[in-house]
Amino acid sequence: MAKAYSPGLQIRQRVLHSSRRILPIPGDVLVKVGDQVSSQQIVAQTFMPGDVTPINVANQISVAPSEVPNCMLFLEGDEVQEGDILARSKGIFGFFKAEMTTKTSGTIESISHVTGQVILRGAPLPIQVRAYQAGTVKEVIPEQGVVIESEVTFLQGILGIGGEAYGLIKFACQNKEQDLEAHLLDESMQGKIVIGGARMTGEAVKRGIEIGVAAIISGGMDDEDLKEILGYDLGVAVTGSENIGTTLIITEGFGDIAMAERTFSLFKEREGAEAAVNGTTQIRAGVLRPEIVIPLSEHTKSDTTSETKSETEMGILEIGVPVRIIRDPYFGLLGSVSQLPTELQTLESGSESRVLEVILESGKTVVVPRANVELIEG
Amino acid sequence: MNSTTAKQFDLDQINVILATDCGSTTTKAILIEKINGEYRQTYRGEAPTTVEEPAADVTVGVVNAVTEVGELAGRKLIDENGEIIRPVEGDTGCDIYISTSSAGGGLQMMVAGVVREMSAASAKRAALGAGAIVMDTICSNDKRLPHEQIQRIRELRPDMILLAGGTDGGTQKHVVQLAELIAPAKPQPRFGGTYKMPIIYAGNQEVISFVEETFDEDVKLTTVANVRPILEQENLAPARDAIHDLFLEHVMAHAPGYNKLISWADAPIMPTPGAVGNILQTIAEQEGINALGVDIGGATTDVFSVFDGTFNRTVSANLGMSYSVSNVCASATLPMILRWVHLDMNPRELQNHIKNKMIRPTTIPQTREALVFEQAVAREALRLAYIQHKEFATTLKGVQQQRTVGDTFSQNTSGQSIVDNMKLDLLVGSGGVLSHAPNMNQTAAMMVDAFEPEGMTILAKDSIFMMPHLGVLAQVHPKAALQVFERDCLIYLGTCIAPRGFYRTGKTCFKYQITGNTINQSGEMMCGEMKLFPLAQDERATITVEPKRGYDFGAGSGKRMEFEARGGTVGLILDARGRPLMVPAEEKQHLAQLTSWVQELQLYPDNHSK
Repeated sequence: MAKAYSPGLQIRQRVLHSSRRILPIPGDVLVKVGDQVSSQQIVAQTFMPGDVTPINVANQISVAPSEVPNCMLFLEGDEVQEGDILARSKGIFGFFKAEMTTKTSGTIESISHVTGQVILRGAPLPIQVRAYQAGTVKEVIPEQGVVIESEVTFLQGILGIGGEAYGLIKFACQNKEQDLEAHLLDESMQGKIVIGGARMTGEAVKRGIEIGVAAIISGGMDDEDLKEILGYDLGVAVTGSENIGTTLIITEGFGDIAMAERTFSLFKEREGAEAAVNGTTQIRAGVLRPEIVIPLSEHTKSDTTSETKSETEMGILEIGVPVRIIRDPYFGLLGSVSQLPTELQTLESGSESRVLEVILESGKTVVVPRANVELIEG
Repeated sequence: MNSTTAKQFDLDQINVILATDCGSTTTKAILIEKINGEYRQTYRGEAPTTVEEPAADVTVGVVNAVTEVGELAGRKLIDENGEIIRPVEGDTGCDIYISTSSAGGGLQMMVAGVVREMSAASAKRAALGAGAIVMDTICSNDKRLPHEQIQRIRELRPDMILLAGGTDGGTQKHVVQLAELIAPAKPQPRFGGTYKMPIIYAGNQEVISFVEETFDEDVKLTTVANVRPILEQENLAPARDAIHDLFLEHVMAHAPGYNKLISWADAPIMPTPGAVGNILQTIAEQEGINALGVDIGGATTDVFSVFDGTFNRTVSANLGMSYSVSNVCASATLPMILRWVHLDMNPRELQNHIKNKMIRPTTIPQTREALVFEQAVAREALRLAYIQHKEFATTLKGVQQQRTVGDTFSQNTSGQSIVDNMKLDLLVGSGGVLSHAPNMNQTAAMMVDAFEPEGMTILAKDSIFMMPHLGVLAQVHPKAALQVFERDCLIYLGTCIAPRGFYRTGKTCFKYQITGNTINQSGEMMCGEMKLFPLAQDERATITVEPKRGYDFGAGSGKRMEFEARGGTVGLILDARGRPLMVPAEEKQHLAQLTSWVQELQLYPDNHSK
């Protein structure tokens, strides 16, 4: 039978992590294997073909499209500046000549004798890729990008808004059950990655944007608040390009829900450290979750004991493993698997499903469908 | 072998058929075996699709799913090298292996045409019919400025572009202008930075050379016959075939592991929705009926229809029950969803539940309340997808109608929807929320509420979502596909009988008389009433209805009609709620009415009073 449970979010105190930093189109890689890079260093860059402006020359100088090539004062490949006369009609007996000037600068890409259109291409647009994760360049993919590797503390959230951000980790909440409210944020948090506890309120997010925090991370959020912040209702969980003034990451889900103890305490351990976060989320084929990457300093490396859990041990649902219940009526509760019955059971909804028994942190035992739990990994 | 054409087989020698469907998240495998001279679907297995890291090879998921089928069937299907064993030797191997795919998000296309309602609409129909998701339509009259259109082309990363425009011998300038927008945008494909964007040109054949001049070697240009050679005619097949070929040769070949899968398959791999369309067309043609199929998935809802031999398919890209459930709520609004909920629920909690389902899409409802709410959302997703389908499935637009004196009072114009609920004979539901509902009465109720069938309509569901497999099998072995479709794929739920006409409080809607081997009933239906009569799977019953004035069963307002209804696991549903279906606005009356439907249809049998 296929695995029904969701692989859990990764919460790792210390792990050898690599980030693949790739250009959208071929370009130049600016570093080499073995280089040490900082998170905001540019490691690859390229130029996208510039923006295109189609100009209907035939209409503007009132000639047939087929005459346009003969009326052009520039050829394909020529550069033109704003205000240049691009084309001039032959006129009638040499009189009444019409001409047109360009409103933009660029290079003439094509002159069509069928449509009378001239395509002008603007200056190339630079695209730069930052290292994102401070570390060592492990691999260079020619013309495409690099793979950077380092030992980090690595945490995944469940949903993010906004893209990459950098800053020092700073706490706003005292414990994981405390809601992140506006009065808990102050000017000292400007440019920082602010850690909350349970639900981040809409007011807190507005305050954070006002102050200029780099990112806000907390357990939950209310759907109404998110709608207000975005100005629209998020229809599908494909995010990352929002520009609301900060990056938001929720670690557990929507509603009044506290951050998992393990996540909260791991942030606590790394308070004050420099981190990179990425709110980009894509819950479709090829799932991307928002993440927080906190490189280990030499000092920290010697202080912590290495996590030895191998990849092959991950993702196995067995008795004793810690899980988070991800659907009502027990949404957000944590516990460990106590039984894994193989036969199908009828749920209260009437559906038949494979289930498991979970001993909750409160000591109570509940039965839930396997599809409604995720492993707490790391 | 790169299998873009089906291998030739001696069909009589085919005894064991293995089929897979590589979905976005799950790869489903089924085994079809010849038992006593008839093809039957026997075993089924599934495993997660593996196009992502760490496996990054679709065949890993296929092997896992097939291995499960093999274990259940007691038949070794995979050899030591991890490949499918063929042909059959005793209890080892299969004779044919076929597959469909929507892994990696399926085939995503952009289409362009000169006029939105004409060539662009034809191009869109060709793309949708081939099983693609149409990301955007660019046309001369889409109200965007040229630079905005170019920006859009640059932002999207489609798998391929279909460019149409102009009838043969018609406009030249506008078609070439479209090509001139696409070429400088330098569209980037979704997979891999190294392969060339496939562009299919299916427009005015007289400007092929100009279009070829416009594009440089950065794209792979393929030219096929015009999708709209004359205004009154569409010719979609060449474009559809080109899409299929390019899908195999370019798009899938660049997805991880597909080259291997293509070499395994004995027939071209088809996009999943393309295959579903195939089987629906085959059954409609075979039976001479009008049929409508729906597949409600996690991310999209596909609607297929065959009316008077014309096939149409639409993909509602963001109407689904998991990934895009939040979008259904945003599009339909919460009050519209709650009109199907007979239990007391907290709107704020519901909104958070919806978002939580969106971010953890694989969860299933554990409580009765969660199930009722999920099925309410499904009704709205289906309803919205059907509206989109009806708006798209039209007669050709822009065609001059020759009118006679007899047509003086007829309002018919070009571009009318060809989907007519009164003419619909068979409604087939598929997809998790319909196929796996704990009670089949729930499946029937969701379909009736969302599609509002009129007159007499037979309801059925795809038992285990095997329509894609059968669609591709129909290309290789039509007889086997039809046998399995009829015997194992379709589960007949029963028949729905409902008149067209508005709900009028406290009025009689129609009288009925039901005559059958095990049933003999007559009575009167009040407006807003529903009744369920048991009618077993193989049973038939004759129903005579006498509607009041203003209600129409297909013969005209107030005209008597007689139907022969087919039984099923649910039975015979008489529905006097009116069409279009409206629920009472007043809350108390609404809840009372809703509860009466829930009880009459026995939707949640253990929980009526709740």
